[in-house]
Amino acid sequence: MSLGGLIAPGFFSNGPVRAALLTGGVVAVVTAVVGIFTVLRRQSFAGHTLGEVGTTGGSAAFLAGVNPLWGFVAIALVAAGAIELVGVRRPRQRDLAAGLVLGAGLGLAALFLYLGSVTSPASGGASTSILFGSIFIIGPSMVSSIVALSAGALALIALCGRRMLLVSLHPDLAASRGVRLRLVGAIYLLALAIAVSLAAETIGAVLATALLVGPPATALRLTRRPGRALVAASLVGVAAVWLGILLSYDSYTWPPAGRTWPVSFFVVALVLVFYLAAQLPVRRLRARPRARARGEV
Amino acid sequence: MSARSVPAALGADVVCALEGVGVTRDGRRVLAGVSFALRAGEVAGLIGANGAGKTTLLKVIVGLLAPDAGTIRRATGGVGYVPQKVLLDADLPLRARDVVGLGVDGQRPGLTLSPTRRRARRAVVDEMLAAVDATAFAEARVGELSGGQQQRILIAQALASRPRLLLLDEPLANLDLRAEQDVVALIGRVAREQGVGVLLSAHDVNPLVSVMDRVVYLAGGRAACGPTAEVVRSEVLSALYGSRVDVVEVGGRIVVVAATTEDAHAHETDQAVASGLAT
Repeated sequence: MSLGGLIAPGFFSNGPVRAALLTGGVVAVVTAVVGIFTVLRRQSFAGHTLGEVGTTGGSAAFLAGVNPLWGFVAIALVAAGAIELVGVRRPRQRDLAAGLVLGAGLGLAALFLYLGSVTSPASGGASTSILFGSIFIIGPSMVSSIVALSAGALALIALCGRRMLLVSLHPDLAASRGVRLRLVGAIYLLALAIAVSLAAETIGAVLATALLVGPPATALRLTRRPGRALVAASLVGVAAVWLGILLSYDSYTWPPAGRTWPVSFFVVALVLVFYLAAQLPVRRLRARPRARARGEV
Repeated sequence: MSARSVPAALGADVVCALEGVGVTRDGRRVLAGVSFALRAGEVAGLIGANGAGKTTLLKVIVGLLAPDAGTIRRATGGVGYVPQKVLLDADLPLRARDVVGLGVDGQRPGLTLSPTRRRARRAVVDEMLAAVDATAFAEARVGELSGGQQQRILIAQALASRPRLLLLDEPLANLDLRAEQDVVALIGRVAREQGVGVLLSAHDVNPLVSVMDRVVYLAGGRAACGPTAEVVRSEVLSALYGSRVDVVEVGGRIVVVAATTEDAHAHETDQAVASGLAT
């Protein structure tokens, strides 16, 4: 199929599409860069927790008549603070605490969304956009906020990325070099809270983790250098988001017709496809030396 | 002569001096009255059974744990430290060279963008890779290297900040005999060539006998310190372990054999395998 056939007419001249491409691209880069460290620090559960409690903040913001992004950010910062405190003091209780808080948070989200739908029945799509994202309805006023938050998260990672690599070798090794583990962990959680909030705004609170860890996991299969891993993860993330937006736009003409399929579905599906594709060649390459060794024996 | 006397001030070549160091953890006294000094270019083996306090003592010297008695003095210029059981995962996006680079400036905030500083870092990394014979696998993903190769890279990483004291926690754990011999030889060479004092822990004295200038033996919360020839003796080791240990010389090498316990079998078997492989 030609490129012209793939890209439906009006794609690039459509205002919401342009805004979605811009913010989606920026958010994909931020989540990929933060996500590399999420994978290295084995904190994807923390990322998932922040995304899910985001539904509470997002729905509360919706009820208050504020853009859900600010709800996502506020609750993620609170939750990140809680994770930091609980995680340091009582590592054994962390899973239990996270589970209880998550349950309570989602319960509150259900209540807020119900109250919101009762008070303003016209906006019935709010729950869908909070849970599954709203990349096509991001207003122009939000674009600059999203870009600013993204720049902030990237700056935090630039500040402590190298120290996090040292910590990933061994925490004691990093501490022996004067790295303050708690400070670095707190800065990272701040960046994570921002990244997850941005991902929640674009592809949805419950799907944020996919964008956070999928592209980095793919990139870590493909390259062995830290700088390249960041670039590769960003490219995979941007590709998934942009292709997802394109396919969603195209799906307007697909059955059951008359509506676009959700962008988030395409993004998450593409993230998974890229991850699976990255598994294949690596395995074959690794098998070869072993086969050769067997041949020699 | 034993090394119990600690100089009043750190002499020019003393890189680390402990005097009467005691450590309590979770209300339990782990170490008491540990005193020894280490000089530049020396290799000291920190020997003891599992749980004897080797890791604790190393952490105290590094500064990760505070002692509750005694004094620790270290030469200025920082400490190179390789903790026990560093697990370098296969998915870690770091080449061997990147790990050594983290040894140069991994603790610094921000990014290094200046080309001059990047070149300077690269020069140090190349030098350290050469110092541990790791140039050949410098570009490999560090998680895919063998245990011995990883230990070399971690040592190069620890040396990259040019410390005068190098602390290695169980650097020989999980190495096959050949890798063990290579790492031991490397440690001796690094101590001489880089002029660092090396203190490395091990549960078995055997692999280290050829390279140690000094032994710090831990048992029962106390330490026996001194030149290898004075501490690696039947009477001293027997008293320390609380069971009969024979120190004999075979083919110019000192061989430590625990004579009665089950451990003795393990040692003898290891030794037999070692000589079998060597010939």
